Amino acid sequence: MKAGFDISPELFDAAAKEDKNAEKIRRPSIRYWPDVWRRLKMNKLAMTGLLLICILGVMSFVGTKLNGFTYFEQNYSLINSHPDSVHWFGTDELGRDLFTRTWFGVRYSLFIGIMAAFIDFFIGVLYGGIAGISGRRIDSVMMRIAEVIYSIPYLLVVILISVVFSQAGQGSSMFVLIFSLSLTSWVPMAILVRGQVLQLKESEYSLASESLGADKGWILKKHIIPNTLGPILVNVTLEIPRAIFAEATLGFIGLGLQAPKSSLGTLANSGLAGLPVGNSYQLFIPAIFISLIMFAFNVLGDGLRDALDPRLRK
Amino acid sequence: MENVLEVKNLQISFKTFFGEVEAVRGITFSVGKKETVAIVGESGCGKSVTAGGIMQLLPMPPAFFKGGEILFNGENLLEKSEKQMQGIRGNKISMVFQDPMTSLNPTMKIGYQIVEGLMKHNKMSREAAIKKSVEMLELVAVPQPEKRINQYPHEFSGGMRQRVMIALAMACNPQLLIADEPTTALDVTVQAQILELMKKLQNQLGMSIILITHDLGIVADMSDRVVVMYAGQILEVGLTHEIFASPKHPYTRKLLASVPRLDMNREERLHSIEGTPPDLYAPPKGCSFYDRCSEAMKICKDNMPGFDERSRTHQSRCWLNHPMAQKRNSMNGRGI
Amino acid sequence: MKKYLLKRVAMAIVTIWAVITITFILMHSVPGDPFRQESKMPKVVYENLLRKYGLDRPLSEQYIIYLGKIIRGDFGDSMKSRVETVNDMIRRGFPVSAFIGLEALLIAIIFGPALGAIAALNQNKWPDYISMIIAIIGVSVPSFIMGTVFIQFLARNISWLPIGGWGSFAHSILPSLALALMPLAQLARYMRSSMLEVLGQDYIKTAKSKGISNATVVLRHAVRNAILPVVSILGTVATNLIAGSFVIEKIFGIPGLGMFFITSINNRDYPLIMGTTIFYAIILVVMLLIVDIAYMLIDPRIKLTKEGR
Repeated sequence: MKAGFDISPELFDAAAKEDKNAEKIRRPSIRYWPDVWRRLKMNKLAMTGLLLICILGVMSFVGTKLNGFTYFEQNYSLINSHPDSVHWFGTDELGRDLFTRTWFGVRYSLFIGIMAAFIDFFIGVLYGGIAGISGRRIDSVMMRIAEVIYSIPYLLVVILISVVFSQAGQGSSMFVLIFSLSLTSWVPMAILVRGQVLQLKESEYSLASESLGADKGWILKKHIIPNTLGPILVNVTLEIPRAIFAEATLGFIGLGLQAPKSSLGTLANSGLAGLPVGNSYQLFIPAIFISLIMFAFNVLGDGLRDALDPRLRK
Repeated sequence: MENVLEVKNLQISFKTFFGEVEAVRGITFSVGKKETVAIVGESGCGKSVTAGGIMQLLPMPPAFFKGGEILFNGENLLEKSEKQMQGIRGNKISMVFQDPMTSLNPTMKIGYQIVEGLMKHNKMSREAAIKKSVEMLELVAVPQPEKRINQYPHEFSGGMRQRVMIALAMACNPQLLIADEPTTALDVTVQAQILELMKKLQNQLGMSIILITHDLGIVADMSDRVVVMYAGQILEVGLTHEIFASPKHPYTRKLLASVPRLDMNREERLHSIEGTPPDLYAPPKGCSFYDRCSEAMKICKDNMPGFDERSRTHQSRCWLNHPMAQKRNSMNGRGI
Repeated sequence: MKKYLLKRVAMAIVTIWAVITITFILMHSVPGDPFRQESKMPKVVYENLLRKYGLDRPLSEQYIIYLGKIIRGDFGDSMKSRVETVNDMIRRGFPVSAFIGLEALLIAIIFGPALGAIAALNQNKWPDYISMIIAIIGVSVPSFIMGTVFIQFLARNISWLPIGGWGSFAHSILPSLALALMPLAQLARYMRSSMLEVLGQDYIKTAKSKGISNATVVLRHAVRNAILPVVSILGTVATNLIAGSFVIEKIFGIPGLGMFFITSINNRDYPLIMGTTIFYAIILVVMLLIVDIAYMLIDPRIKLTKEGR
């Protein structure tokens, strides 16, 4: 047995207890939400999405006031004017300023998307919660109904409602749009919430908590909410672009927001007419904004899902 | 005894977000012909990484070989190409995994999963391979093998699946079988059957086995020699009876003391080993067991002990083997 | 298994019934009736019209009659086109829409999962990034924008690609491409995550430990397992395809069912809206049913556990 140094006998004395650190926790234990946030921050794409949403959100209020035009003011001497230093995004066929109209469009599209997602969330939590805490019979009836509602094709319902509640050639009111957009799409949320509530009632970890003397409120706070909030958050984030997309499609087939208000979809729809006569900017500018919003929410939702997935924790 | 496998100073690390994890830190051991070598240790000590390293089935990256060699029949596996390794895997060296519930492809018939290796390595026709896999299932005592080969894994019980896994691993008559915790996921009664089966097959077919486990009961039953691993290093090697009768390393002693025995008094308590193994992001400079060792000395903290090579078969890596430590201990009246 | 099948078919029928009912109620809650606008017509003509379309009867009776008609496969009459019934229009428009839809579905099914699998196999390397960029563009850019981009940049520059209209196979290329992109992207993303999950499974390690080639491991073990959950979202994909076809047909001027549907909406041709909606709903519900059954047939676990019970 060799050692590359002089061994003095003292070295073979018993080691002092303080010298050992068997119980030292070597890495700080990572708490859930800060860790989720840390992993989200590492995801450059998701952060780009988040940043983009913030910018679009702020600009949808600031941008409408930047160049001094209003969204409804018509100027017949300046119709279909291409983007220049006065009208930064050009004007439409009625001479309205497209820069201002586009930012209004962003505002309405975001508003519609967020409201629709919020209503989904609200109904979903209510319906799923009731189904979950009610007895098995009521629960199964409620879930059957939800399944039927969900298998009704989404866009068809939206179109039908819009047709009924709007006058021909006029488009729909904001309320009708949001209402129709959230009519069937709350179901996944409800199923999610119901599943989690059932877990609250039966799961082993809440049972374990309970046997350790925790009360229901504690369990709700410590186990159920953290476990449910993640999937719900992802669901809401991905519901927003879905609603915005559906609204844009509606706008494009002539059922969008009532004039003179404009959503990005209705802007694109009227821009389509400008395409054959060389005014392609009227279509492509709103198109780019729709795509940006869709992109931002989709990558953020994906990033959130990855960040929340405990299996991906490193 | 001629060695089938010789692992020399093998080092395997993982690159992770937090830095490099030194999962295996220079281990050396050998496996002789028809010999069963058990690798024991707590979870996370590098047992399975060692097995994955020999098979070269580690995900690379993040894993990479830092040094050492793995000699199989005298040839260094680390120098083989992936293509050459494919010719060895499942053919000369096979592996049985821990969880039979997840180790078989759920959407493929059992028969086909066995046939696959046979057709590749033995250049068998499909019919011949199917015939052979029926024989293999018979060998591992799966009833009605002709019918069973056309079934899917979910139609088998856990024990039966592990038999299928063994049949699959043994199909090409390998020289070395690596069994990574083959019975951990099974019921106790089934465990015994599977171990019995492995022993029987070893006698019949004459292969060597590396048995990876944390269950010392299985070790006593199955193995010829034992390798004790801790924090990516080997702390003690010896013949099975040597390890059980006169463990040299404090860690081995603690490990043995934590196993319940029938001859224990009721008053005698099971010993748990306090604390947790060291973090391999920053492995300790000295003995890796220092923090949890009740016999630790000052020298252990910063100095890595070498192997005591006085016995050909039984060696341990501990400063207590040092003549000076033994002298001092006898002076202090402290027995080992 | 039989029990599940029956339950599934029953659910589908209930769904279709719900769609018919909802559509009926909605269409009849529109204030006024469809002939009120043409108020200059003589009262006798007006009443005759009401009688002809059965609008003078009580609503419940109209509902029963309508339900009976649908069961017999009669989707009613169009109000604006006095020559063609809704069935005629479906007969004329549906084959066109189905052709483009199937072409797009084929493109999506062939390239989507392949793209996702390639991405997963090269996780965090350039093929992964490229595939995912395509996929992100696919889900972010609505098909009506894709369509117009194609017209602007492809059709105008490539002489043999028609800008719009219908007639030859060449006419179908751009619309189906534009239509395929979103489902393709969805399938690619789904396949990628499914594939990544499968690649981490123990049985992949087992397959590798057998010494079979990497290509075999990937194709025979990984892809086969990864594709199963992807099949289950084909229903959703088909739904999106149909939604996309409305706008695509409008942009490219294709005389398909989607175009009729939009025209009927803009004309407020209620019987046509109603008939087309219900027809679409039936197609979709049946498609979802087929996807479900197909999924059941290809996944041995589902089939056999159900049998075992």
